[in-house]
Amino acid sequence: MHKPRLHPVASFDINFLQYLDERGQATQALPDSATPDLLQSLYRQMNLARLVDQRAVQLQRTGRLGTYPSSLGQEAIGVGVGSAMQADDVYCPYYRETGALLERGVEIEEILAIWGGDERGQDYQHAPEDLPLCVPIATQLLHAAGVAFALQYKQRQMGESARVAVTCAGDGATSKGDFYEALNLAGVWKLPVVFVINNNQWAISVSRGAQSASRTIAQKAIAAGIQGLQVDGNDVIAVRTAVADAIELARGGEGPALIEAVTYRLCDHTTADDASRYCPPEQLEQARTREPLLRLGTYLREQGFWDDGAESEMQREQAEVMERALQAYHARPAESPTAMFDHLYGTLPEAFLEQYEELQYLRARDRQESG
Amino acid sequence: MAEITLVEAVNQALAHELAADPRVILFGQDIGANGGVFRATDGLQKRFGDERVRDTPLAENMIAGIAVGMAVQGLRPVAEFQFMGFIYPGLDHILSHAARYRNRTRGRLSCPVVYRAPYGGGIHAPEHHSENTEAIFAHIPGLRVVVPSSPARAYGLLLAAIRDPDPVVFLEPKRIYRAVRQEVPDGGEALPLDRCFRLRDGSDVTLVAWGAALKETLEAAEALSAEGIEAEVIDPATLKPLDIHTIIDSLEKTGRCVVIHEAARFAGLGAEITAQINEYAFDLLKAPVQRVTGYDTVMPYYRLEDCYLPDGERILAAVRKTLDYPAGGDR
Repeated sequence: MHKPRLHPVASFDINFLQYLDERGQATQALPDSATPDLLQSLYRQMNLARLVDQRAVQLQRTGRLGTYPSSLGQEAIGVGVGSAMQADDVYCPYYRETGALLERGVEIEEILAIWGGDERGQDYQHAPEDLPLCVPIATQLLHAAGVAFALQYKQRQMGESARVAVTCAGDGATSKGDFYEALNLAGVWKLPVVFVINNNQWAISVSRGAQSASRTIAQKAIAAGIQGLQVDGNDVIAVRTAVADAIELARGGEGPALIEAVTYRLCDHTTADDASRYCPPEQLEQARTREPLLRLGTYLREQGFWDDGAESEMQREQAEVMERALQAYHARPAESPTAMFDHLYGTLPEAFLEQYEELQYLRARDRQESG
Repeated sequence: MAEITLVEAVNQALAHELAADPRVILFGQDIGANGGVFRATDGLQKRFGDERVRDTPLAENMIAGIAVGMAVQGLRPVAEFQFMGFIYPGLDHILSHAARYRNRTRGRLSCPVVYRAPYGGGIHAPEHHSENTEAIFAHIPGLRVVVPSSPARAYGLLLAAIRDPDPVVFLEPKRIYRAVRQEVPDGGEALPLDRCFRLRDGSDVTLVAWGAALKETLEAAEALSAEGIEAEVIDPATLKPLDIHTIIDSLEKTGRCVVIHEAARFAGLGAEITAQINEYAFDLLKAPVQRVTGYDTVMPYYRLEDCYLPDGERILAAVRKTLDYPAGGDR
């Protein structure tokens, strides 16, 4: 049989970054940024994210919160991403992002409000330009590309400082056209945007293997002509370093990057899901041994940067913080029903005044009757 | 002053806002060197540079999505879709995001984007190039849907759309892109959104139409006038939010109404206008509101499109039906 001679025209490598292995042992010299102070702070933030998730799930179980997506087991990604960003960079999250939101200054009470059915939760007091949580899959990746264009444009045309958009999505999102379209455009326009894929192996019940035949998600960057890297998503040092490096390159005009953070979802997709229907228990058990808090905690203790005293002090402090947030959440006054009209348009068009007044009238009557 | 066409008025408005406001960015497919397939952006890239007038890769969903990101960062993006039939991949972003950002963030972020698309049939285009689905957008809370019907209104309404703090779907009736010429001063004066325009006064029947359908509607009004029947013609221009009061005011005089649109009839805007007239002005009606619309069919290839689109004959028949109501009874 005739075999044609082929000439390779391009070939690529996909690299993997890890600093701490599953046993909490350093696999290479840690980056200079990984000071004991920083590592302790990352550990605390991951623990806080876990605590918020845990309490949110409890609130849901007792009927005081709506459906909630926990990020149990993937705290290293949220905290790694959030801590790598500068305050004035713009974060474009999906919905499983408790750790990153806390790093961005979003208040626990606001996070609870979002899932507790109160739009005011997304009126972030301390992250005024960050995008709200995005529930439709992968759409935020395109918004991030648009944000990145705006940041680049304002830098070039209006003399503003160099800023970067950072966006996160799950592995399921990489099957959507939005993902490819965002990467493609970011490559062509060399946008200052960093895409982080939280590969937690599950899109609700559909496994990573059923999502894509691609060996890695990071390699999907190759087709778009941008940088792709896979990191150990349970290693907060690796996530933070990879994202921080990508952000600085983007800030310097070097263009976008795709970072695949490999982790495992140790919880149900949301409180409305039951992962025991599809998640093999032995796989879950295995994954529990690789989780990020255990890993960094082991390392810190072995290095003498952490001990039982520090642990119980942290737990006590965070329990107080959580308690205050819960009280604030429960004490939140209800929003006026007419708020659904107040923010529909910049100014309420006349065409809606009648509906607005009807709502006002009916609510006033309800109050009179119940009072 | 030179007289310009509707598409030239679009170009004039875009140029005016690009010059006036550095936040205004134009992007879409073929809008740069090519000036857009209908030449709506002709010469703009040359004049304003490719950072402000940009060709994008070919992906409508992407165009709709990045516009959201630009807008929430304070830019004034104007996104062009080549044809309304190609806007559907972007619906997720327009409906789920552009329309909702202000509400979702309780006013922290807003989305002042303009999505422009040539729309409507009648130019012998291939399948998917002749869509009239304004009702899809009009149904969505948080959007504005604007359809100009003359060069002056295209200019004034597009300025208003770009300056509006909320998302606007701006549908340009391409059948009349070059149908008439008009003097349109480039003075930067916007026309009001959310207001109907009364194009013709009359006391016998109210004709409500928008976009290209106004061509046949105004011609029908002239034909009726020759018979001594005076039709008032109203162009809503902003289809959502709809200024029903101007239509009701007209009904006070006429008591009769025919709504004309190219879109399919079922759940089209004619249904909404008729329902609102019934709610607010049933007592004014001397006859049921009539609709003259496209059929509830797929828009046919162009050999049949004249059979699909409302024409003068169908409009006149509907007017006569309202005038003759009840059939054979008192007038």
